[in-house]
Amino acid sequence: MERAKTIALLAGLGCFLLAAVLTIYLPVAHLAKIEYKSLDQIAPEPSFDFIDLSKRYPAQFQKYYGEPTKEAFHEALKLGRDQYIAEACWHCHSQFVRPVSNEDRRFGKVSWADEYRNEMFLPHLFGTRRVGPDLIRESGKHGNDWHVAHFYDPRLVTPQSVMPRYTWFFDGEEPNKVGIAMITYMQWLGSWTTPEVMAREAKAAAAAGGKKDG
Amino acid sequence: MSAAAAVAVSPAAIQGTLIDKPMIKAHMAFGFLFFIVALLAGLLYGLQLTNIYPFPGIELLSPGRIRMLHTNAVAFGFLINVFIAMLHWVVPRLTGHPMLHPMLSRLILVAWQLVVAATAVGILAGYAQAIEWGETPLLVDHFAVLGVALLVINVGSSIWKTGGKKLYVTLWYFTAMLIWTPLVYIMGNYLPQYFVPGAGGAAITGVYIHDLVGLSVTPLGWGMMYYFVPVLLEKPIWSHTLSILGFWGLAFFYPLNGVHHFFYSPIPMYAQYGAVVSTIAVELVVFTVIINFFMTLRGRGDRLRTSMATRWFFVGMVNYFITCLQCAFHTTLTFQKVIHFTDWVVGHAHLVMLGVFGFWLVGGIVYMWPKVTGREWWSQKLLGWTFWTSVIGLVIMFIDLTACGLVQGYMWIGLAQWEKTLAASMPFWHARTFAGSLITLGMCLQAYNMWMTARSPAPASKPADAPSGATAPV
Repeated sequence: MERAKTIALLAGLGCFLLAAVLTIYLPVAHLAKIEYKSLDQIAPEPSFDFIDLSKRYPAQFQKYYGEPTKEAFHEALKLGRDQYIAEACWHCHSQFVRPVSNEDRRFGKVSWADEYRNEMFLPHLFGTRRVGPDLIRESGKHGNDWHVAHFYDPRLVTPQSVMPRYTWFFDGEEPNKVGIAMITYMQWLGSWTTPEVMAREAKAAAAAGGKKDG
Repeated sequence: MSAAAAVAVSPAAIQGTLIDKPMIKAHMAFGFLFFIVALLAGLLYGLQLTNIYPFPGIELLSPGRIRMLHTNAVAFGFLINVFIAMLHWVVPRLTGHPMLHPMLSRLILVAWQLVVAATAVGILAGYAQAIEWGETPLLVDHFAVLGVALLVINVGSSIWKTGGKKLYVTLWYFTAMLIWTPLVYIMGNYLPQYFVPGAGGAAITGVYIHDLVGLSVTPLGWGMMYYFVPVLLEKPIWSHTLSILGFWGLAFFYPLNGVHHFFYSPIPMYAQYGAVVSTIAVELVVFTVIINFFMTLRGRGDRLRTSMATRWFFVGMVNYFITCLQCAFHTTLTFQKVIHFTDWVVGHAHLVMLGVFGFWLVGGIVYMWPKVTGREWWSQKLLGWTFWTSVIGLVIMFIDLTACGLVQGYMWIGLAQWEKTLAASMPFWHARTFAGSLITLGMCLQAYNMWMTARSPAPASKPADAPSGATAPV
């Protein structure tokens, strides 16, 4: 028992593998029963907010994204997610609503596993700290103009905010490529829980012959 | 020493090629340099959180990026570096074999500093990875894995050469750590990035955050304590049976805890319940270890007054006890409703990373630095100042953030307007910045003290490895 080889095998490998099976393999295999969705499946068409941005900032939009097509929308979503990671937004904003502590009343629908089984949550961005509010139900809570002002200087719209200014999301006073991407991403988070999208998905599921509840 | 027939190493051998003193010195110096960087980053982040921007409008110094610099510089710059220095000191003494090759040690030294520097630059430039405590840019991750692999070979060979000999408990911890660290790092940094999305990925990153502490830092820390405490107190550890019990308890229960970072998330509930039970089990294991060390201290309590290193070690152990006791409570789902997402958790993290492992490593530096530089401490008085400013700063920070977390948690449950909860947090955040500056001040004094010690003229007599005879190998 006291020898290096035994310790390396039993404690080092053995205990680690046991834990890997119990705390990783089991939940991961369990969750893998949910269908994994690509970006094409979860974002089949450009969002209302993305098109709205193309009208609000036509010159900037034209310069960085051209037309508000599906491809441009996907590019913006991915860039927004990447910038969200680069700025460590997820260190101050979580992306899941817990079924306790009145969180559904504050933020909206409680999170469920299916909504995270897709390309946009690889890696997941659950977060472990809330300096600011949760963002997984952010879609549609504020307008695009609010987000523009808020990224430029959060204290313009929320005087007590401690969020930093993100002036590098802007060319002058208009959002640049990253700025448009960030707002598109913010407005996408939780967009699948809006009544229209949920009705559309239920319809599609019914057409496919499957049974699906909200 | 029945269960731990440690290899006797003659002092003469230690004077010779067994111990690679320049490596110890270099790893400690770099480790402390990154520690100062981490503290300054933490201070800057604390100020920015209260809307005080000393350098406004600079993209590279944006709070989110500074926060990641802070945590990563602590983990990979400070902790790992000084732990490597400690391994250079302890492992050859216990095994009787030097590290595999001096050149390999030097390669690891240089490679690791490059990894840490590249991580810092990458994070500030916006290439961070969204894995908590693994924000190391993906490109750098590959090199970090390589660096860890080299370290495993370098240190592992020394332990491997003991062959069928029985090992002292310190080496049990180090042996297992050498297996765990690369597994944990690879699992945490690659699986959620490429293969496992959403809630499954969260289960993995939870295990990663937890295991980086539990399966790398903790076994290094306890292995270090099991070596240094008996040496400094000049008596054997109170119970070898308990020490082995503590080891197996850690090995079995600690890796099962990870999911407790994401309670009430869409991770299947059975995994969450399992994490509650195993986390409380770890607490019981920790009791056995703490009891062992405090029983060892019995009859030598005056050393807390006379030996600065012993003092750092045991203050760290008191903090460890508080951390783990706290953990047994806040891992319950009842506590989670209130304290999750709040500053309570931040206070907990500071108590364990600085108050326990940071303090132990500073204690280790206080003990080893004069011996590797061949000079007495430039200023004993400054050592005292470092100790008191750091301890007072840490205690203020811990109490402050814990209270702040409770305020935030209950205000959120009460559906207070979000801005109101920020206003309520603000006084606590100012106090935290104050506490942080005390700690930063203390550690800057320590850095100055280390610098002046190394620069002071060498003593006339031949620098002895063990000036007071206190370093007699186990």
